[in-house]
Amino acid sequence: MNFLARHRIILPVVSLAVLLAATFYMQPRAMSYFGLNLLFNLAVPIALATIAQMMIIMVNDIDLSLGTFVSLAACVTATFLNDTPMLGLLILVALILSYALLGAVIHALELPAIVVTLGMSFVWGGLALFILPSPGGSSPDWLRMLMTVKPPFAPMAVVAAIIIAAVTHLLIIRSGIGTVLRGVGGNARSVERAGWPVIRLKALAYGLAGLFGVLAGMALVGLATSADPNIALRYTLLSIAGVILGGGEFTGGKVSPTGAVIGALTLTLAASFLSFMRLSPDWQIGAQGAILILVLTARLIFSRKGAGA
Amino acid sequence: MKPVTKPWLWSWLAAAAAFALILALTSGRGAGELAYAALSFGAFAAIVGLGQMLVITLGPGNVDLSIPATMTLAATLALKAMGSEPGTALLGLAIALGVGAGAGLANYALIFLLRLPPIIATLAASLIYQSLAIWSNRGLRIKPPTGLADFATGRFLGLPNVAWVALALAILVWVILERSIWGRWLLASGQNLRAARLAGVPVELVRATTYVSVATFAGLAGYLLASFSGGAALNMGAEYLLMSIAVVVIGGSSIAGGNSNVPGVWGAALFMFLVVSMLNSYGAGAGARNVLTGAIIIAIVIAASTRRTRA
Repeated sequence: MNFLARHRIILPVVSLAVLLAATFYMQPRAMSYFGLNLLFNLAVPIALATIAQMMIIMVNDIDLSLGTFVSLAACVTATFLNDTPMLGLLILVALILSYALLGAVIHALELPAIVVTLGMSFVWGGLALFILPSPGGSSPDWLRMLMTVKPPFAPMAVVAAIIIAAVTHLLIIRSGIGTVLRGVGGNARSVERAGWPVIRLKALAYGLAGLFGVLAGMALVGLATSADPNIALRYTLLSIAGVILGGGEFTGGKVSPTGAVIGALTLTLAASFLSFMRLSPDWQIGAQGAILILVLTARLIFSRKGAGA
Repeated sequence: MKPVTKPWLWSWLAAAAAFALILALTSGRGAGELAYAALSFGAFAAIVGLGQMLVITLGPGNVDLSIPATMTLAATLALKAMGSEPGTALLGLAIALGVGAGAGLANYALIFLLRLPPIIATLAASLIYQSLAIWSNRGLRIKPPTGLADFATGRFLGLPNVAWVALALAILVWVILERSIWGRWLLASGQNLRAARLAGVPVELVRATTYVSVATFAGLAGYLLASFSGGAALNMGAEYLLMSIAVVVIGGSSIAGGNSNVPGVWGAALFMFLVVSMLNSYGAGAGARNVLTGAIIIAIVIAASTRRTRA
C-alpha cells in the first residue's frame, strides 16, 4: 500500500483545491466571504443528499429514488412543516421510517435494490405531486434563518459542510456501529456469523439515508424558499457521482463521508467554474461530467502507480 | 412446459389484465384504438428496453444510464441535418445511428480504459451528451421531413409502423441471442465473466459490442420518437431511463445478468403504457398514477423474487 492508496481522501481534496484555485484565478473577486457563499450556497443540500446516497452504497446497494425522495421531503417542508409543524414533523419521521422499512424488505426478500428504488421513485414523485401539484409553498422562517445565517470567518455553506463531514465521519468511521455498517458492505455473511442482525443493520443504513435525504430536502427549501415536485430530480445522479468522486466504491463498504462531502462541493463548484470561464451555460452540465471523468482518471493513474510500487 | 419456466408470460398476463380492466370501464368500446396506442408508445419503450436488456445481461453492475441523453443527442443532430427537407430521411437515420454508435463507443472507452464502473462511466458521459444536445439544439424546434413524420405516425397492415420496427428489432435480437455465437458469448459472460474469459470467450469484445448496440438502439428510438412527435425536445428521453430498466425487470430478465428475455420486454413495454392509461381512465390524478405505477413495479419484483425462490 502506498501513501495515496492508504489516504484515499487526498485525491478528492486535491481535486477540490485545484478547481477552487482555478476559479479564484479566473475570478479573484470570488475569493471573499460573499463570493464563497455564492459559490457553495447550493452545496449544502447536495452534500446532504450525497451522504444519504453514501449510506446506501455503503451496504452495496444503490438508490435511484433519492432525487424524488429529496423533492418529496422538500414539498413536505414547504407545506406541512410550514403550516402545521407537528404534522409536518410526523410526516418527515414517517418518511425516514419508511426508508428503514424499505431497507429491511430489500434484505429480507433479497430484492435488487436498483429496481425497488426505481419503483419507489415513482411513489415518492407521485406523493410529491399529490402534496404540491404546482410549484409553491414557503419555507418555515426558522429554516430560512438557519440557511442564510452569516457566521463569522467562514460562510454558512462552508461551515455546514465541515459540520456535516465531521458528524458523519464520527458516525460512520469512528463509531462501533458505523464500523459494523461498513462491514455489511464488506462481507454481510461474516457480520451475520458474528452475531449481528444484518436485517436491522440494513434498516439502520437505509434509515440514515432517509434522515439525510429529509435534511437535504429541508436545506433546499431553506435556500429556495419554495418547493416543487421536480426540485431535486438531478440529485439522484449528482449524489452517486459525489460519492464516487469522494473516493467511495460501489462495493465492499469502502466509503468516505468526508470525501463524499468534498465530492459534492467539487460538483457544485464545477458548475460555477464554467460561468467564470465565460463559456456558454450550455456546458455547465457537461463540465460536471468532464470533471468526474478527469478525477477518476487521476485516481486510476495514482492507483496504477501504487500497484507498481 | 409449466408457465413458471416462461418468465415472459407474466408481463403479457399483466398487460392483458390492464387491457381488460380498461375495457371493463368503457364496456368494450375503443379496444382497437387502445391497442393501437399501446403498440405505438410501447414500441419506443421496447426499443430502448431491448438495448438495456443486453447490457443488464452482461452481469451485475452493467447498466446504461446514458440512454436518455443519447436519444436526445441523436434526435437533435439528425433533425438538424435533415432540416425538414424532403428526401433526407435516410441521411437522418444514418446520423442518428452513427451518433448512437459513437456514444456507445465513448461509453465503452471510459469503462475499459479508465476501469470505471459502468454506472459512473455512462452517467458522466450522459452529462456531456446532454450538454452537446443543449448546445446544438438551442431551443430550436425543427420539424421532421413530412415523409418521415408520415411514416412514424402511419400504419401498415393495421399496426403502427414504429411497432413494426420495434418488432423486427426484437426478432433480430432474439435470433442473435438464441442462435448466434455472439449471443451465447453474451449470456456466458453474464453468468460468469471469469469462467467465460477462461473458456476463451472474447469478453471485452462482447462488452464493447453490447455497449455500442444499446446506444445505437437509443439513437434509433430517439430518431423515431422525434419523427413521431414532430421534433426533438431536450427532455424527450427523460422518462426512458427508468422505463428501460423497468421493462427489462418486469419482462422477466434477471437483474443479476446472464439471462435475458426478449418477448418479456415487449410485454412489459405494453404493460407500462396500459397501466398508465388504465389509471387515467379510472380518473386517477398524476400523483396517484405515479404512486400506483411504482407500487405495481415493486409488487411485480416481489412476486418475481418469491417465484424464483420457490422454483
